[in-house]
Amino acid sequence: MLGALGIESVEALFEDIPASVRATGIDLPPGEPELVLQRRMSGLAARNRVDLASFLGAGVYHHHLPTTVDTILSRGEFASAYTPYQPEISQGTLQTIYEYQSMLAELTGLPVVSASHYDGAAATAEAALMTIRATGRDRVLASRAIHRHYLETTQTYFSDGRHSLEELPTLPDGTTDLDALEAALADLHRPVAGVLLGQPNAFGVLEPMARAVTLAHAAGALFVAVVEPVSLAVLASPGEIGADIAVGEGQPLGIAPQYGGPYLGILAATQELTRQVPGRLVGRTLDVDGRRAFVMTLRAREQDIRRDRAASNICTNQALCALAATVYLATIGPHGLRDVAASGAANARRLESALAAVGVRRVHSGAYLNEFAVRVPDAAAVHAALLDEGVLAGLPLVRWYPDDPALTDALLVCATEVTTDADIERFAGAVATRMAVAA
Amino acid sequence: MDVPAGLRYSDDHEWLRADGADGIVGITRYAADELGDVVFVELPKVGRSLTRGETFGVIESVKTASDLYAPVAGEVIEVNGALAGAPDLINTDPYAAGWIIRLRLTEPAEAGLLKDADAYRALIGG
Repeated sequence: MLGALGIESVEALFEDIPASVRATGIDLPPGEPELVLQRRMSGLAARNRVDLASFLGAGVYHHHLPTTVDTILSRGEFASAYTPYQPEISQGTLQTIYEYQSMLAELTGLPVVSASHYDGAAATAEAALMTIRATGRDRVLASRAIHRHYLETTQTYFSDGRHSLEELPTLPDGTTDLDALEAALADLHRPVAGVLLGQPNAFGVLEPMARAVTLAHAAGALFVAVVEPVSLAVLASPGEIGADIAVGEGQPLGIAPQYGGPYLGILAATQELTRQVPGRLVGRTLDVDGRRAFVMTLRAREQDIRRDRAASNICTNQALCALAATVYLATIGPHGLRDVAASGAANARRLESALAAVGVRRVHSGAYLNEFAVRVPDAAAVHAALLDEGVLAGLPLVRWYPDDPALTDALLVCATEVTTDADIERFAGAVATRMAVAA
Repeated sequence: MDVPAGLRYSDDHEWLRADGADGIVGITRYAADELGDVVFVELPKVGRSLTRGETFGVIESVKTASDLYAPVAGEVIEVNGALAGAPDLINTDPYAAGWIIRLRLTEPAEAGLLKDADAYRALIGG
């Protein structure tokens, strides 16, 4: 092969990589027998706390996963297949992605859905870039009540300084300050490309999306809704409220929390923005014999063809996770999804009552669906103590908002359809005991 | 290879037809053949000012997407709306019905910097 390539050694293939960044070998310990390795891996896995009564949400939600999801995902045809580069041969793979796109189009109310992205954070960053490309402007406004990781990821995408990402303040009720948004949009010397709001937002609070959309459009900016997919079963969809782009984290659809990933980035847009959508799109057409066939469409827009002019450097998707979402949605159906959302909301109200009964009240007054922030004196210590007692008391919001005194003692807690009354009693009881001890 | 006389040609395979104070711009038969079936043309907004060589749009075929470059400077006063529903006009009739934009030329003398039919034919080796 060296002869066929006309080079002397394998090293010659790496000449373009500067010597200063080349690896000099990989330091690995010697191999181990399978039995020893199994014990080591089991030990690591045992450190996962699956025994906790969990009230942690903050972008990742614990739902019941029907067995259909695992059964289909573990089929070899799906589990080991990579992104098809001769896609039309992989009709099964393309069909599942098409079904995923179709279901998310129904949920979001937007007609164009990408084949998916790495996670909600990546999808949010891509949407922000879309608004810049589509409008030719370079300023993006995002509520500070969008998931902290999504904002940080978007900030990283913006770190070359060509565009600006500014955070909008929130009000004491937990919603985004739309007067501040209006003022920011009014600066005609610095026109805004896109406005991003979460629904529900990072505090679990429901935002006044209609007014925000109106303000954004009046100033010629696009509106991006950062959504939680299960909530779409009971809330007005991004399409209905006039959003141009919807993004979100698809983990709640059939994917276990999995200690942070892999997850699923959802991105949907209006017809007008079709060619601005990054990543892959699967389409449906007819073959030469008139039979239904699935294809990768708008391929010429992708990086391997368009190179530095491509909408994005993404040429892949989270196929297996998208499949999980597809199987989950197909299994529970629209009524089932509505039940999951409504059940979570009802359990959240029981949680709120139980906590209020022991003197732990909400930080914000805005309406919520199934997640909200409560104030607990010395929240970080209480959180740690409760963890020792088997209760995961949500997220201490000081981790996301270290400079906000209003949130120093706040815990972001949530309930889903799997939250039981016993869990709630345990949580409220443990908090009450802690607070009595502290008093 | 179809290279009509009377047009001026850029090295990027665009043609320019003088029409009074205006210039009409499209891509050559050679370029259309290289691209393959055109499926979409991204057109500039009317009123936009272009400098010579500035990118003004994108032409997308089944196998690639290429930028379109202004052969001379001018203001876009009209774009070919027919391309929205029939982008294949560029393949079937690149020099007439498949025209892309009409410019009000700001530097008419720039047309002299472009190639004539013979020089362009030599460029494409035809």
